Parts: sequence; C-alpha cells; structure tokens
Amino acid sequence: MTSQRLMYWSIRFYLVVFFIYLFTPLVIMSVATFNDSRFPTIWPWRETTWRWFGELANDTAMWEALLNSFIVGLGVLALAVPIGVSAGLFLSTYEGKGKNFYYSLMLSPLLTPGVIIGISTLIFWRNLGVSGGIGLTVIAQTTFISAYVMLMVLARLQRFDRTLERAAYSLGATHSQVVRRVLLPYLKPAIMTAAVIAFLQSFENYNTTLFVRGFDTTLTVYIATKVRTGLTPAVNALGLIMILVTVVLAVAYEVLRRREQNRKDTAV
Amino acid sequence: MIKQLTARFGRPMTLVVLLLLWFWLIVLVLLPQLIMIDYSFKPNLIPSQLGGPEDVYTLGNYQTLIGNDIHRTIFFKTIWSSILVTVLTLLVSYPVAYFLAQLATAKQVMLIALLLVIPYWINEILRTFSWYLILSFQGPLNALLLGLGFIDRPVRFLTGDGGVLIGMVYAYILFMVFPLYNAIESLDNNQVRAARNLGAGLIRIHWRIVIPHAKPGIATGCIMVFMLAAGSYAVPALLGSPGSRWFTQIIYNWFFEGGDWNMGAAYAFVLLILCIGFIAAVMKVFRIGLGDIGK
Repeated sequence: MTSQRLMYWSIRFYLVVFFIYLFTPLVIMSVATFNDSRFPTIWPWRETTWRWFGELANDTAMWEALLNSFIVGLGVLALAVPIGVSAGLFLSTYEGKGKNFYYSLMLSPLLTPGVIIGISTLIFWRNLGVSGGIGLTVIAQTTFISAYVMLMVLARLQRFDRTLERAAYSLGATHSQVVRRVLLPYLKPAIMTAAVIAFLQSFENYNTTLFVRGFDTTLTVYIATKVRTGLTPAVNALGLIMILVTVVLAVAYEVLRRREQNRKDTAV
Repeated sequence: MIKQLTARFGRPMTLVVLLLLWFWLIVLVLLPQLIMIDYSFKPNLIPSQLGGPEDVYTLGNYQTLIGNDIHRTIFFKTIWSSILVTVLTLLVSYPVAYFLAQLATAKQVMLIALLLVIPYWINEILRTFSWYLILSFQGPLNALLLGLGFIDRPVRFLTGDGGVLIGMVYAYILFMVFPLYNAIESLDNNQVRAARNLGAGLIRIHWRIVIPHAKPGIATGCIMVFMLAAGSYAVPALLGSPGSRWFTQIIYNWFFEGGDWNMGAAYAFVLLILCIGFIAAVMKVFRIGLGDIGK
C-alpha cells in the first residue's frame, strides 16, 4: 500500500511541476508587458506601465498584419471546409480497393513538414505565373488544413446512422433534400468545430506561410520579425492580448460544449 | 466509386464532392510535390537557358549537399536533435497521459485538458518567444540562478542547441499527450489491477501492459513530434544562434538568399524523404498501419 501512496503523490507532484513548466513562460511573457524597460524582461523591474499597449496600438504595420491574417483565415475557411467535408463524405461512402490509398493521400499533408508544403506550392504556382502573396498563402494552408477538417467530419460520420437516410428516401425525399435536411444538420457541430480549428490553424501558421507570403506579412510573421529586429515589450502586449482572447474562447467553447452535453443527457 | 456516390448523394452533389476532392488531392497535394521533385533534379538556369542544351536532369544539387561539410553536418545534427526532442517529449508526456487516461476523475480530466489546450492554442511563435525571454542573457533564469548562487556569471543559454531543444519539447508536448491519452484510455483498468495483484511492479506493469497497449498512440505521437521538429523553422530561428542552425534554415536560405530554388527543392526533398523514412521505420517497429494514425 505504501508504494501505491508513493506513486499517488509522486504523480501529483509531477503534474504540478509539469504545469509550472507549461505556464511559467506565458506568465513571464505577460508580466514583462508591464515593465517600463526597453528590452522585455521581469528583472530588474523599473516602473509599472501601460505604455506598451499604446505603442502597439499605434503600430500600423501590426494592424496591417492582423488584417492580412484575418483575410487569410477566412479564405482558408472558405476553401478547406467544403474540401474537408467532401473528403469525409467520400471516405464514408466509397467502399473499394482504392480506399486506403485515398485515405493515405488525404492524410499525407499532415505528415509532411509545413516548410515543404510551402516550398512545393511556391514552385508549382510560379510555373503557372502566380507568385507569393495572400492568395498563395491561402492555397498553401488549405492543403493541410483540409485534412484536419476531413478527420473531424469523418469522425462524426462514423457514428452516423445510415438508416435515417433510407427512411427519408422511403418517405419520398429527393437526394438534395436528404443532404440538406438529414446529413448536413447532423454534421453541423463537426463543421462548426472544424471551421474554428481551421481558422485558428491558419491564424497561427508560420512555417508554411513563410515561403509563400511574398511581400505580405501575417501576424505571426510580424511577431517573428519583431523578435529578431526591434524587440520591445509591445510584442509582449500583443502576446498577452492573444493569450487572453485564447483563454476566453477556450473557456466559452468548453462551457457551450458542456451545456450541449447536459442538454443531450437530460433529453435521453 | 461514382455509382456508390450517386446512389447516396445524387448526380449534382456527387459532381461537387468529386471536383473538390480531386482539386485538393491533385492540384494542391500531388502536383506541387511532383513538380518540386522534378525541379530538384535540374540545374538553376536563367529563363533564356530553359529548354536549351543545359536544361537536363542532373544529380548536381544532391552532390552539393553531400559534398558540403557544413550542410551535411547540419543535416545529421537535425536528425539527431529531432530524435532527441521526440524521446524527451515522450518521456515528459507519458506520465501526464497515463494520469489523464487511467487515474483522473472525469472532473480532473476536463480541467487538465483545458489547461493543456490553452498554451497550445497560443501560437508556436509566442510560445517560443516566451522561452526566448526566459533564456536570454539578462533574463529571469540567469537572475534566479545567480541569486541562488548556483552560477557566478550569466550563462549564454541561447548559443548552443539547448535552447532549441527546450523550446521544441515545450512547443510539441500536446501532439504527444493527446495520441497517448487516446490510446491508454481504451486500456481496461482491470488488466493493470490483475497484474498488480499477481505481484508485478510499477515498471513491469507499464512495460508489459500499458506500453504495448498504447503502441499506436506512441507511434502517432512520435511521428508527429519528429516531423514537426525536423521541419520547424520558427523555433531554431528564434532560440538558435548562427552556430546552431537547423536544416530548414539552410533550405530557406537557398530560396530567399541564395536565389537557387532548384538547390532548395533538392534539400527540401531530402528532408521529405527523411520524414517518410522515419514514419516507415516507426510503423515497422511498432507494427502498425497508416490507418492507425490520425485516430
């Protein structure tokens, strides 16, 4: 019994250390935002200040990069969600020899390093006369983000009861009615989640974007450039804002999901 | 194929599904890779030379990589470091995943999953940047160590590969924890209890029961982390120094500083082969198929 107690406490101790490791960097980065020192640091502490938020707000390059990130994110959303849904529907319908091949091919962008997706996209489209920029960034990111959408849609489709479709047909529904009234409503939660994930994946992408961005700058590219040239706590201010937005979104998502779950549980 | 699809979705919808699917797989996935490989076997020519006598297939780009001591060294260092990152991430993540999957109550799982996801939603650049601040010459880690008397003068953490390794393990933990969790979760706890009642020790329980059961998860996690590490540009660019370059940085330089895209394509293809080789090796060692990945 003592060895089990030891195990019990050591794994709890480990978890505490693990989460300190996970959160200390974020805390330090956030706290350094309020230090009135040109280089972001928490030691030595000079003066508590809000001025780095002001400097960030006055940085037009930052706003431009933010706008670009939004445009790219929405573009990826518009392409990757229909593609991913189609791929999911295809895989859940088609039964035959080539199925494994299709699945592997669809999965391959997730197993390919992001830089290579960027490079191959850049070379391929240059041959067609398209050079780097926001448009090409959307194309390159769609290549692998579609695979995430496909996996999420497929996971939900695997629990789909096909007799619902058959029931609809025997009641005289047309193909398009079945798709619009049965299939898509069933897939809606997965599509919504996939859309959020797709946008976030696009927003945070760096490795692929770096190669196809041309002269356009997204927010992550902007941050990376700032860190290497002209680092001030204004970057921390940006980081802190992104952390807060993330936490609010994550908690809101979790609360909504739980509410949905509770509703379902009580319904059953 | 088309018959099955039209039977389910009707003709117009099938057409849309197939067009989107083929656009993705052919125009976005397959063709760019093939063109990149084609590029890598050609010399870097100016437009007027294209189609001329010098526009032939050659192994020259690959010979440059083999012949260049610095690039070769960095290539092998990238492999070795990425394996190290993978193993470290596995070791750090395993206890957390095991706790989540087997020991935690439903409430704890919710809380821990949320805590895990928050740093992951914050992008790779910021996560790396936060380590840059900690490890910097005048940063808090040096201040702490100096204050505690462990060191006499500040250490330059960011000159070697150490900073890059720490940053990568930090950035990719999630890609290891969740596949491990998924795999361990399906293990029947009675098996562990039975083994314990029969006198198996802690290490033996894990080595003989939990780890064999978690194989697909371990394989998926290792593949993801290795691929991310070997292909990372952000982490070495921020936490590395000129003396600790990563293979991706050399590729980047061929494209945007050397202006030799053909050479860059060859280097990129070598990186791709490395990742495919790693995936094949892991699948062979763990005896799993591609279908087990991504679940």
